[in-house]
Amino acid sequence: MAASGPPIGVLAELTHRCPLQCPYCSNPAKLLKADRELDTETWLDVFEQAADIGIMQVHISGGEPALRADLEEIVDGLAKRGTYSNLITAAVTLSEDRVGKLAERGLDHIQISLQGARPETTELIGRYKGGHEKKLAVARWARQAGLPLTINAPIHRHNIEEVSEFIELALSLDADRLEIANVQYLGWAYLNRSALMPERDQIARQIEIVEAAREKWRGILNIDFVAPDYFADFPKPCMGGWAFDAFTIAPDGKVLPCHAAQTITGLQFDNVTEHRLEDIWQNSSALNKFRGTDWMPEPCRSCERKTIDFGGCRCQAFAITGNAAATDPACIKSPDHGRMQAIAESMSTRPAGDFVYRRIGREPAGAKANAG
Amino acid sequence: MPTNRQRATVERGTVPYLPRHVRLKFSEIRNAWAVLAPERVLWPDEISLEILKRCNGKSTAAEIIADLCNDYNAPPSEVEKDVLDFLQEWRDEMLIGCEA
Repeated sequence: MAASGPPIGVLAELTHRCPLQCPYCSNPAKLLKADRELDTETWLDVFEQAADIGIMQVHISGGEPALRADLEEIVDGLAKRGTYSNLITAAVTLSEDRVGKLAERGLDHIQISLQGARPETTELIGRYKGGHEKKLAVARWARQAGLPLTINAPIHRHNIEEVSEFIELALSLDADRLEIANVQYLGWAYLNRSALMPERDQIARQIEIVEAAREKWRGILNIDFVAPDYFADFPKPCMGGWAFDAFTIAPDGKVLPCHAAQTITGLQFDNVTEHRLEDIWQNSSALNKFRGTDWMPEPCRSCERKTIDFGGCRCQAFAITGNAAATDPACIKSPDHGRMQAIAESMSTRPAGDFVYRRIGREPAGAKANAG
Repeated sequence: MPTNRQRATVERGTVPYLPRHVRLKFSEIRNAWAVLAPERVLWPDEISLEILKRCNGKSTAAEIIADLCNDYNAPPSEVEKDVLDFLQEWRDEMLIGCEA
C-alpha cells in the first residue's frame, strides 16, 4: 500500500551517545557509535527534504542530541524553514549559555526527562552523579529563556510511588506539560522487564492521582498519560498507525516507522544516504509492510476498533508472540493477552532483578533475539 | 501551592494572543492551515482559524466577536458563546495566552 498522505512529524535521533544509562532506553540494544552518525550537512539536507514533503515538526532526539556540537546549526536550519523544533533531552550536559543560544536560534520547545522526582531515584536509573540537580537547573534556564517546557517522566516500579511528586515538581518548574509515561517494554526495557514491572494496584493508584491532578490543574499544567500496556484491555493507537503520518530517522540515516522498529527482525530499512526521503516515504518496504489495514489478520481485520488503534504496536506483537503481524497482546481479543498479563503479574510480584544498564558497545547477553 | 500560575477565565474583555510556542502555519502541500504546538499539530476548521487569526494580542474577545459577526453577517447571540467557549478551551490547553 502506498503512503496515504504527506507525513507531519519526524523523530530525528541525531546520536545514540548518551551520558545516562537508563535501563528502559528506547534505543536499540545494539547502539551505534559516533562514527556511524550522519554529518551536519546530511542532516540539514534531510530536514530540507522533510519540509518539502510536508513535515511540520521535527523532534530532535537521541541518545542525547546535545552531545552533537552542531545542534545549534540544526535548530537554525529548521527555524529557517519554519519547521517546528522540539528538543528531547536528558539535559545534564546543557549549559545556561547553550540553552539561551538554542532559544535565540529559534528552538520552539524543550522536553526534559526526569528519571525520578527525587535525586536518588534519578541517579539510580540514569547513573549520572548530580544529574537531578543539573536537570532542574536546565529546566529553569529554559523557562528563563522563554522556552515552553515539558517534563517527561518514564514510570516503572522504582518511581511509580513518586507520581504525585512529579506533578509538584513540574508545577514548581513552571512546566506547561508533564508526561507520565509508563515504560514501553521494548528494546532495553524488554531486557529489564523483571526489574521494572510495577504492580497492578500501584497502577490503579497512579491513574487516580493523574486523573485528580488533571482536574485540579486544568489550564495550568497539561498532564499526558501513557498507559501501561501490560495491564491494559486495549492497545494504544501506536504512532496513529504504522507509517501513517510520522517516522523516525536513526543516527545512521535509516528511516524507521517508529523508534523501536529495529527490534522486529526481517524488515529492510532504507537510508537517507542512498535514497531521497520522498522516495523512502512512498516506497520503503518496511514502511509499507503494516501501512493501513490491509495487512491485518483476524481478530483485527473484522474488529470495529481497527481504525481506532490500528492493531496496536507491531514491535510489542513481535516481542511477545514472535509475529509482528499478530494482534498486539495488550488487546483483550489477542490470544496472547492472558499470557502477557500473566507475565506482568508474575514479574511485578517478585523482587526486582538487577538492571542491565544501557551501554554502547556492550550488547547485553540475551539481547540478540530482540535486537535489529 | 507550588506554582504562581492561575487558570485564566476568558471573558468579553480578555485579550487573547498566540504565545511564542504556538504558530499558525500554512501547509502548501495540503492547502491547509496548521497550528503547531508542543508535541502536537492541529488542523483548525474555517471558523476556528478565523478566531485564531484574530488572536493578535490587541483585540478583546468582544471585539473579535463583533468582527466575526460583521464578516459572517451573523447575530452576536449566535456567535458569542461559541467564541468564548472556544477561547476558554484553547486557553485551558495552553494553546492561546490571555491578558485580562
